[in-house]
Amino acid sequence: MEKDLVISAKDLRKIYRRGSEEVRAVYGVSFEAYAGEMVAIIGPSGSGKTTLLNMIGCLDNPSSGTLSVGGREVFGGRKELSERELTLIRRELFGYVFQKFYLIPTLTVEENIMLPGAFYRAPGAKAAHEVMKLLGIERRYNHLPGELSGGEMQRVAIARALINGPKVVLADEPTGSLDSKRTEEIKGILRDLTRQGITVVMVTHNLDLARSADRLLEIRDGKIHGG
Amino acid sequence: MNVYSIAYKNLLRKKTRTALTAGGIMLSAWVLATLLGFNRGYQQGLNRDIDNMGFQVLLTAKGCPYEAATLMLKGGTGLRYMPEAVVKTVFKNPEVEKVTPMLMHGVFDPNKGENGAIAAYLGVDADSFPSMKPYLEFKQGGWFKDNTAMQAVLGYEAAELETREVGDKMLIPGVDKEITVVGVLKRSGTQDDGTIFLPITTVQNIFNRKGMLTGLGIKVKRDADIAALENRLYDLPDVQVVSMSQVKSTIMNLVNSARVIVMGIAGIALIIAMAGVINTILMSVMERYAEIGIIKSMGAMPLDVFKMIWMETALLCGFGGAAGIGLAFVTARLAEAGVRYFLPFAPHGALVAIDARISGFAFGLIVAGGLLSGIYPAWRAARVRPLEAIRIEGEQ
Repeated sequence: MEKDLVISAKDLRKIYRRGSEEVRAVYGVSFEAYAGEMVAIIGPSGSGKTTLLNMIGCLDNPSSGTLSVGGREVFGGRKELSERELTLIRRELFGYVFQKFYLIPTLTVEENIMLPGAFYRAPGAKAAHEVMKLLGIERRYNHLPGELSGGEMQRVAIARALINGPKVVLADEPTGSLDSKRTEEIKGILRDLTRQGITVVMVTHNLDLARSADRLLEIRDGKIHGG
Repeated sequence: MNVYSIAYKNLLRKKTRTALTAGGIMLSAWVLATLLGFNRGYQQGLNRDIDNMGFQVLLTAKGCPYEAATLMLKGGTGLRYMPEAVVKTVFKNPEVEKVTPMLMHGVFDPNKGENGAIAAYLGVDADSFPSMKPYLEFKQGGWFKDNTAMQAVLGYEAAELETREVGDKMLIPGVDKEITVVGVLKRSGTQDDGTIFLPITTVQNIFNRKGMLTGLGIKVKRDADIAALENRLYDLPDVQVVSMSQVKSTIMNLVNSARVIVMGIAGIALIIAMAGVINTILMSVMERYAEIGIIKSMGAMPLDVFKMIWMETALLCGFGGAAGIGLAFVTARLAEAGVRYFLPFAPHGALVAIDARISGFAFGLIVAGGLLSGIYPAWRAARVRPLEAIRIEGEQ
């Protein structure tokens, strides 16, 4: 059965100036990702992998190239999207997971997961409990982040990314702060997400995690060298 | 889960810092409410005291009119004497409804207190004085019936101090005359509470002041031209005219001048508190830079973030302001005692009168100031770019 094309990037470029020097952070990257696919982006520090992830996630505008997500052209290269437009796209299509979990320490697990609902219409407590159950943290719903282990905190961060029902989960070093046992747990969770049709794009230095992906993109000096 | 609960919980992150900032706001709210309450209380008290004198114009012997008026307000003795004949002259004026002559005399009583004290006796006219002071009510007994009786009526506090009741005898020190207490007044909250009233002729006879007065209270007819009466009274020899409305306005002018300075101090306290709010909230925004970036990456609009931070300021100022106004209510009597100690003249009754209007105004001012000072930190937070925030955090 043919899978839906979720991400389509063509000749994406991000060029900026640092003084008199022109920096080609990302230069002519093209790739496609399908529903339920897990894509890992690897490469040395400063190679442009996080810049690429940020452009895919509408956190940054590309200098040129086109990007479509979920069948919607988000960057056409014709004009830069406004902050408001980027925000609305982020709400609708993406969930973000970071190395540092960025949970709000004064909010409980449940409140952290429901945080997007404080700012716009988002699924409520019922959906939050379903996500917590999916990630095995339902018993921790009333705990504060300070009372959780690193692995549990990353699960909460993943649950928060999932609460809006995103098409794509973008993960930047999702296991960077975790030990090997917790890394395995998170790997399993990300894999489970793909089984539900969610596309996972992650940047990682962890080769073991990267090898578990369906596709591996190696990026060096802003260009893809593998995949 | 809404912006308000997030804002509230954010404030609980650094409890000590939040408490100190709210404490600053509380103090400025306390100063503001207390000062406004003092201004109102003083004005009300002064109006009440002057109105309760029962007359609009006071004649005294030549001297400083304000000193004379102040002494009268404080229940003290006049400085000089004027002839009793002035009563008839004043009565001839068509504006005059009633007059009441008064003779005040102070006697040193060695048995009073530890080192002795002045006992003040106010001779009043048995016919005219009670009708000029209809608000005076008796706890026991009543007024003396004629002006030559060896009788006394004691104000509430005077009766407490002298430990006398109706029927008791009192010895006037220095002259060895005995008088009988025929009435004790209820507490009136005026200078009359501390006064010993005697018939005027009795005081003149006992203290050898026949035909002399220290004051003459004049009650003017309704709608009469007081200014015209005062102009005619100015022409009388050896007396001076004290218009109680002028005394009131002069004292209030002085109080208002002082109020400008005091409100300036309150304003400075408010500005300092607001600077504290800006500092606290801005620091909190900087500490949560990445978190705010994540919230924006999740789809929060700049206005959502602005509201969240602004709400923190509003809550901080709301809590601090409410606590400060509560404190002002609780410490009103204490503040009053302090003010009384330092003021040369303070009217009777509550000096710090904080009511709902003053509380609302002070609270509104504090919250408005807080919201104003919250604009900059909220604007800074709203401008956080998610990518920048995440990148900065990643570099740390």
